[in-house]
Order: sequence, then C-alpha cells, then structure tokens
Amino acid sequence: MLRYFLKRLLMLIPVLLGVSLFVFLVLHLLTPDPALVVLGQHATAEQAEALRESLGLNDPLYVQFGRFLWDLLHGDFGRSLMTHAPVLEEILARFPATVELALAAIIIATVVGVTVGVISAVKQYSIFDYLSMIGALLGVSMPIFWLGLMMIIVFSLTLHLLPVNGRIDIGMEPAHITGLYVVDSILTGNWESLKSALKHLVMPATALASYSTAIIARMTRSTMLEVIRQDYIRTARAKGLKEKVVIYKHALRNALIPVVTVIGLQLGVLMGGAVLTETVFSWPGIGSRMVDAILASDYPLVQGTVIFTATVFVVVNLIVDLLYAWLDPRIKYS
Amino acid sequence: MSDVLLKVDNLKTHFFLDEGVVPAVDGVSFHLNRGETLAVVGESGSGKSITSLSIMRLIPSPPGRIVGGSIYFNGQDLLKLPEKEMRRIRGNKISMIFQEPMTSLNPVYRVGDQIAEALINHQGVNKKEAMEKAVEMLRLTGIPSPEKRAYEFPHQMSGGMRQRVMIAMALSCRPELLIADEPTTALDVTIQAQILELMQELQEKFGTAIIMITHDLAVVAEMADRAAVMYCGKVVEEATVEELFEKPLHPYTRGLLASIPRVEEEVDKLYMIEGTVPNLMHLPAGCAFAPRCPEAESRCHRARPELVEVSPGRKVSCWLVEGGAG
Ligand SMILES: Nc1ncnc2c1ncn2[C@@H]1O[C@H](COP(=O)(O)OP(=O)(O)OP(=O)(O)O)[C@@H](O)[C@H]1O
Ligand SMILES: [Mg+2]
Repeated sequence: MLRYFLKRLLMLIPVLLGVSLFVFLVLHLLTPDPALVVLGQHATAEQAEALRESLGLNDPLYVQFGRFLWDLLHGDFGRSLMTHAPVLEEILARFPATVELALAAIIIATVVGVTVGVISAVKQYSIFDYLSMIGALLGVSMPIFWLGLMMIIVFSLTLHLLPVNGRIDIGMEPAHITGLYVVDSILTGNWESLKSALKHLVMPATALASYSTAIIARMTRSTMLEVIRQDYIRTARAKGLKEKVVIYKHALRNALIPVVTVIGLQLGVLMGGAVLTETVFSWPGIGSRMVDAILASDYPLVQGTVIFTATVFVVVNLIVDLLYAWLDPRIKYS
Repeated sequence: MSDVLLKVDNLKTHFFLDEGVVPAVDGVSFHLNRGETLAVVGESGSGKSITSLSIMRLIPSPPGRIVGGSIYFNGQDLLKLPEKEMRRIRGNKISMIFQEPMTSLNPVYRVGDQIAEALINHQGVNKKEAMEKAVEMLRLTGIPSPEKRAYEFPHQMSGGMRQRVMIAMALSCRPELLIADEPTTALDVTIQAQILELMQELQEKFGTAIIMITHDLAVVAEMADRAAVMYCGKVVEEATVEELFEKPLHPYTRGLLASIPRVEEEVDKLYMIEGTVPNLMHLPAGCAFAPRCPEAESRCHRARPELVEVSPGRKVSCWLVEGGAG
C-alpha cells in the first residue's frame, strides 16, 4: 500500500512537468509582451527593453523554462504583474473560498445524486425514475451561468431571500482557522457568521452542483441496476435480510465503487476553481481571480493558477484511488 | 407432528413479458418429508430453479409472479404469509444454495461476516458470538484453518471453498429445509464429490431435509431418497429413487435414464432425447412431451394427462401408463 502510494506520488512528477511546460509555452508564445502590460502602451522602447532584460525575457526559452521550474521547486511562482504580490500568496489567499464552494457542491451532488440514483434504480420505470432522469438530462445540459442568473433573479432580486454575491456579509467573517467560513463559524461557535456564510453559499453551491449531481445520479442508477441483478444480492435476500439492508448494505456498497471515481473526478474539477460559477456569483475564489488575471494579461498569475489547479486535481484523484482500497478489497495495490 | 415438512400443491409461477406470458412453473405438486432428500431433475428450462425460488418467495417481480397454488411448510401456507414473517423463515428455517459459487458471495465483505450476518439476523446473537459461530460452521464444512479463512474475501478462495462457505452460511441457523440448486454443476468433478459428501454428512448431523436440484442423474442416485422429474413447468413423475431407476414409468424419464453414459457399455453414440424443449409460450395442446415422445399416440397430442398416483407414493402423468392419467 505504501509502495503503491509512493509510486503514484512519483508518477505525479512527469504529469506536473508536462503541465508546467505546456502552460509556459502557451503563455510565452501567445500572450502580449509582458513589459508592455506592466509599463502600459506609452512606454519608450528603451524602458521596455530594460524591463525585459531585468525579467530575463531576452534569454532563450529553455533557459527561461529552466529558471521557471527551479523557482517553482522553491515554491516561487513569481510575482503578479497586477499586484506585485507573490503569485502563490495570491492563490492561497483565494483558495479557501474555492475549496469551500467545491466541497459544498460535491456534498450536495453526492447526497442528492446517490439518493436519486438509488431510488431510480430500485423503482425502475416508475414516475420518480422518469422525472429524475429528465432532471438529470437538464442538469448536464443546462449552462451553469444561465442557471446561476436565473437563481439570482428568482431568489435574490425577486424574493429577496438570498444575497446576490460574495461569501459573507461584510464584517461577519469568523476568526481564521481553516479559511472555510462555514467550518470556522462552527469551530468558533459563531452562529451569526454561520448563517450569513450559508446564505451566501447555498446558491453558488447548488448551481455548481447541478452538473455533478446529474452525472452522479445517472452513474449510480446504472451501476445499481447492474448490481441488483447479481447473484450475491439474491443470496442476501435468501438470508432473510430486510430489503433496506439488501439495498443499502449489499448493493450500494458495490455500486458505489465506480461512482467514487466519478465523484473524485468531479471534485478535482470543482477544486480547480469553478470559473463560471465564481464569476456569476462574484465568489472570491481562484476561478474568478484567474478570469481577472487573464483579462489583465497577468501571465505569472495565470501560469501559477493553472499549475496549482493541475496539482490539486491530480492529488485529489490520488486520494480517490486510495479510497478504492477501502471500498473494493479485490483491488491489489502493487 | 406429521412427517411431511413441505407440501407444494399446484404451484403456478408465470412471467409476464411484453411478448406474452411464460408459464415457467405451471401446476407443480410434490411433497417432502422431514430429513429426507428429494431430487428434482429435468432438462434446462423445465422450471426447477423457478420452483425453488417460489418456495423462498424470491421470484424477481416484475416480471414474475406466483399466480396460484399453495406451499405448505410445517402446515403453514408460505404464500399467505406477510413478507415480514417470510423473512423470518428465509435463511433460518429454509435456506438455499446456488449453482454459481463464484458470484453468490458479496465481493466486498469478508466471508465470516457474511455468515455471521445470517446468525445476527435470525438468532439475536451479538457480532462477536456470531463470528465465533461462523468460524465453527466453516470448520464443520472442512475448510482448513477456518479462524483465518473467516477473515478472507471471496476472491481469495476457490470455487469449491466458496461453495463450502455458502453451505456454512445456509446451515448456520440449522434450517429444516435446504434447497440446493445445482450446487456442484460449476465445480470440478473431484470437488463435486467432496461437496456432495459434505452435504450428506451435515444432513445427518443436523437432520436437514434437502431439495436437490440437478440434471445429473448420478447425483440423484447418490444422494436422494425420492425424485421428482420435471418437464415444461410440471412434475411428470414422482417416485423413490430405486423405483425410478428400476422401472421408470414416464417416457421422458426413460429418455433421461438412457442418456446417462454407462461405464460398462462401450457405446459409440450417447442416447439423446430427440428434439428440443418446446417454447413455453406456445406449448402443444396435449402432453407437452408428446412431440418428442417415441411412444406418443393420437390422444397424447389431444389432451393433457394429469399427475396421478399409480401406486402408493408413486405418481406419473402419462396416458400410456396403466392407471396413469385415469
Ligand atoms: N426472469 C425471467 N423472465 C422470463 N422468463 C424467465 C425468467 N426466469 C426464468 N424464466 C423462464 O422460466 C423457465 C424455467 O426456468 P428455470 O430457471 O426454472 O429452469 P431450470 O429448470 O432451473 O433450468 P436450468 O437447468 O438451466 O437451471 C425458463 O425456460 C425461462 O424461460
Ligand atoms: Mg436452474
């Protein structure tokens, strides 16, 4: 198990190297001259040249990439061209917001998706089954920004139930422990903050969860349908177990094995910053930050964000793979 | 208490498909005495498994449904019991083992836990006691170092081992009736013999009655006291094993017996019953076996014979048997 884990960790190196190279090349070949971004349109040629020289932009590409990698290994992602703060700091400041939104969305998606999937499978061809599968079809095909805007129009602008944007009412932030407002509010027993944080969280999390919920519900339904036809389910019934035990203990545990992969992939994607959702709801996570950075041609920040996101994605997937060992004893890690 | 443990009477289990109704079991009757072994034989598709699943009331529904008849177990009609009481019987008073040991155990739980589950469910013992009993059951089935094996997963065991686990699970609550649906078909010949021997040994120990479903007549001769021969969802002959082998009455039974390979006779070609099992949705008007029967007469094609008792304990449904079909 440990060996497998180390092996998987080692395998992350080429993946992340590839991502770094790709991002580096794309940004260097396709973006406008950063010197002009920093100095503005009206800089003289000499000023621009001096800045380029000082940023090392006149060196051959491989030298620049080597330097970039070397810095990365030291945790140095460069400095934002907009704020001049270190890129990693910028990202880490925004990351808790993204994590909070992603976790909330994946919890909603898992609970709703698995429940709906199980009921649909157990009551195959029932009205519930038809309605929920139509719902799932909508879930995968509905554009998130449209759904988000509709929610804002209905719940914020018309019914005045929920705030339009942000993570929490100004001045309500709980003491910083994890950076997740909901968690920190609970840990410090600050119920006013918790209420405010949840009110801000519910719409973006639901909007963001819609796609994953639909995917998870479909996947759960199809694997459940397959599992409940298996011989060992008949064995469980022949033991005289209650139908609930047969479904939730014997069938669901087996059906969940493939579903966990899907949940893991979805979580990885969501953790990388839900660009559309964060933008629609002005959620201060790394997704909306990245949009700002792209618009401002802040290439160190874009570069840093992409690499950071990719790292999060592969690490989440590694954790999910390890979860397998617990779920499926047949998988041998070696 | 009477000697009769189980009495199945005119059982009908049909499958309602889009293309029509499949009468998989269509008027099956037989009985089983305490502690005895009844073999149920017949070609593939004759309704043996559906009969046994009907007794357990585990017919997949939809599309299947028990549409008629009665199943008296200890004098109580199982078909009239509420589901909750039926659950108390399953795995406790009546157990079942299946043909496919490779897939009949849940791959994600340890075998000991799967056996213990039945004990916890029916005997109200705690987890620890149940696990001890599970290990004890595994020991009885002859699995070496059962205290270790109990903590293994099914994929770590061979087919024969898994079938022993299934037997341990089925017998853990000391059921009065064990239904074994072709328990050895999927196993190697040598393992087959061991499993059958084990079943006989445990039957003697616990006094369990067994319904042994098989299409292997050698197994019938080896294991059973009596036999019921099924064809197209009906019992066509019921007799003690001696009678059945010495003097089979139904032409179908004779066909089955003739198709057993015999060691002493060098035959070039094994006898086979001509033709194939008819489609259950379009059964002939007369005896279902008539189209394949070498002895069929015109009345066999016109009307269906009833299953009647021709001598004490001996039943057959054939127009050609003296007194049969009355
Ligand atoms: N789920 C089902 N849907 C429709 N028809 C079914 C279903 N299960 C069984 N049947 C029908 O019932 C008939 C009897 O099946 P059954 O499994 O009892 O046969 P069997 O005697 O056990 O055969 P085998 O020796 O192959 O196990 C089959 O011919 C099949 O057409
Ligand atoms: Mg069968």
